Amino acid sequence: MSQIKVVHYLNQFFAQVGGEEKANIPPEIKEGPVGPGMAFQAAFQDQAKIVATVLCGDSYFNENTEASIEAILMMIREQKPDLVICGPAFNAGRYGVACGTVASAVKEKLGIPAVTGMYTENPGVDLFKSSVYIVPTRDSAVGMRDAVAAMVPLALKLARGESVGSSAEEGYIPMGIRKNFFETKRGSRRAVDMLLKKLAGEPFETEFPMPDFDRVPPNAAVVDMRKAKVALVTSGGIVPKGNPDRIESSSASKYGKYDLEGVTDLTAEEYETAHGGYDPTYANEDADRVLPVDMLREFEKEGKIGSLSRYFYSTVGNGTAVASSKKYAQEISKELVADGVSAVILTST
Amino acid sequence: MKLEVGYIPIRDIRFGPESKVDNNVLYVNKRELSALILADEGIASVALDLARPGESVRITPVKDVIEPRVKVSGTGGIFPGWCAKVRTVGEGRTHVLKGAAVVTTGKVVGFQEGIIDMSGEGAQYTPFSKLNSLVLVIQPKEGTESHAYEKSLRLAGLKTAEYLGKLAEHLEPEEVHTYETLSVTEGIKKYPELPRVGYVLMLQSQGLLHDTYVYGVDAKQTLPTLIGPTELMDGAIVSGNCVSACDKNTTYHHLNNPVVEDLFSEHGKALNFTGLIITNENVYLADKERSSDRTAELCAYLGLDGVIISQEGFGNPDADLIMNCRKIEAKGIRTVIITDEYAGQDGASQSLADADAAADAVVTGGNANMVIHLPAMDRVIGSIDRVDHIAGGWSGSLKEDGTITAELQVITGATNELGFNTLSAR
Repeated sequence: MSQIKVVHYLNQFFAQVGGEEKANIPPEIKEGPVGPGMAFQAAFQDQAKIVATVLCGDSYFNENTEASIEAILMMIREQKPDLVICGPAFNAGRYGVACGTVASAVKEKLGIPAVTGMYTENPGVDLFKSSVYIVPTRDSAVGMRDAVAAMVPLALKLARGESVGSSAEEGYIPMGIRKNFFETKRGSRRAVDMLLKKLAGEPFETEFPMPDFDRVPPNAAVVDMRKAKVALVTSGGIVPKGNPDRIESSSASKYGKYDLEGVTDLTAEEYETAHGGYDPTYANEDADRVLPVDMLREFEKEGKIGSLSRYFYSTVGNGTAVASSKKYAQEISKELVADGVSAVILTST
Repeated sequence: MKLEVGYIPIRDIRFGPESKVDNNVLYVNKRELSALILADEGIASVALDLARPGESVRITPVKDVIEPRVKVSGTGGIFPGWCAKVRTVGEGRTHVLKGAAVVTTGKVVGFQEGIIDMSGEGAQYTPFSKLNSLVLVIQPKEGTESHAYEKSLRLAGLKTAEYLGKLAEHLEPEEVHTYETLSVTEGIKKYPELPRVGYVLMLQSQGLLHDTYVYGVDAKQTLPTLIGPTELMDGAIVSGNCVSACDKNTTYHHLNNPVVEDLFSEHGKALNFTGLIITNENVYLADKERSSDRTAELCAYLGLDGVIISQEGFGNPDADLIMNCRKIEAKGIRTVIITDEYAGQDGASQSLADADAAADAVVTGGNANMVIHLPAMDRVIGSIDRVDHIAGGWSGSLKEDGTITAELQVITGATNELGFNTLSAR
């Protein structure tokens, strides 16, 4: 690749136009590097060249976001850059939001890679960390040298289209996308080191911050089961023999919907499990053990339930991403509601 | 309790007229070993094969990996309760054929056996690609039910490892490590200033081919208990698992538990390795509550300051892991947990099936849903036809040209939750 062309985005302050009194200036473009651009240019050496600097007042940007972005994107597009650098914004809130907005618009609308830098508590981080690469910086311009040193290698990688490693390797703020990589020490050693730090009251970094857990409160009880239309939904992988939809034994990419019309009992000849997380022997012998069609048919006959819904839904819970399960559940529950189902028995394994 | 472990490095493995170790090469007499394995009435046939590091060889479906060891002195024998009488092991001297392994293969369940590639991309994810391996391809007698088949395979692996281990009995080890566990009071007196650290080792015990054995006892029928760390080195814990390949603890892992090794390496320096508690991962809520309560009580009873908790498997056992962590932290004892992740192929989904704010120190073995591409191999040991069905594979995982596209899950030992590997995720 020939020399990489870079456009740099700055606010009025870092572009050396002026302080708060100039925060209302609209976007403009200058040739070559300006202010912190000099430090970036020095770090790029001859691998990349800052061809232009786009600047905008922080107040103007945040008060006229749509118009600003449109103007800024037009200025950037004309330069045909391979890379856009925004900021770094350190702990300046409006500037951080502007950097994040510009970086994500450049990436999404122009298809050009972008990198920005911010202090971890800058409000721009929470808004944009999942969509753009943000390198953590100190809270003021004192950290400029470190920020440039951290942003440049990542920026060059992106401009060259090279694959980007995990946040721990490349030094950006985790985007919520888990990426595998090889550490230098094995896990047990890392655990011992982490525990020693924790015991000594020293700072330590967990490798997996606990998520906010999605807990679903149960619905109110069904008032009269004798009138309920009951559906069966399972993550236990019960499918017609031969697994016609080829639901995976783990990390299922789909669910199946199967007709129970005229079925009173799930026999070994006609049903089996596709689930790879448990011993399938007994489920394959008699799939009613996981999906109790036989009992519900009896209850239906005896009038203990109103009726058994015509279709059952099945997927494999084993190693299946929560995001996938959530998507299947949303689709399935829509159909259940449309079918007039008033109660669902969810079975696992 | 003090154990000397002597390592005899094995640099190659070959078949020969006499089973022996000569000049760091392990020779195996096929006929003699086959006869030993076929003594099991449930086994119809056994084929022995060899796999060496760097070879274009794929082993699948892998059930267990076992390291050959022998007790040279001290009470009991390797794999007590199976190959030796049930006597307490972990003292005296043990010899190890380091760099050698016995790998058992067979279609016990079909979903839950893994792949070991000796070269290519897959090899970097499994520690077993670095071992000179004797592979047992075992067919059961017709009509053998899967639980009996599992048992036969398990015993064949243990017997073979014992048979090979015995070849090391009179050899001079290149290296000897000494591991010593003091009594609780001795430890306090000797290291009054050091933090008292314990290890909670969670054993897969969901039942129905998800079992681990301690001195021959099924772990799901046990309460959490203390065990000497060196007892593990003599085979007190044996895997009977047919669970997802990437994060099950094989017998090899139990013999070489890395948390035990790394805690011993800091013992008397940065910490006082006070005790090892084994607990189970049963499926019923009552069992989970009982076991996690007992585990936390034992930690408090030992007066521990900190604990490392390791997991086996995923999904349902995530609940046991978080319960253990939460209850131990509630006793004022600091924890670090070792787990792995199922964050989806895109890495964007929630990684664990349970979570709690108390689990603020986590070591991860990586995202098991990550998609990997495995090249075709010149030779397959075992049979390739289950690849589309194993956990982590899908319809079309195995291409006609022998290449495989699947999730990391399919690789034996890839995201191990004892912290055996360097793989991690962020």
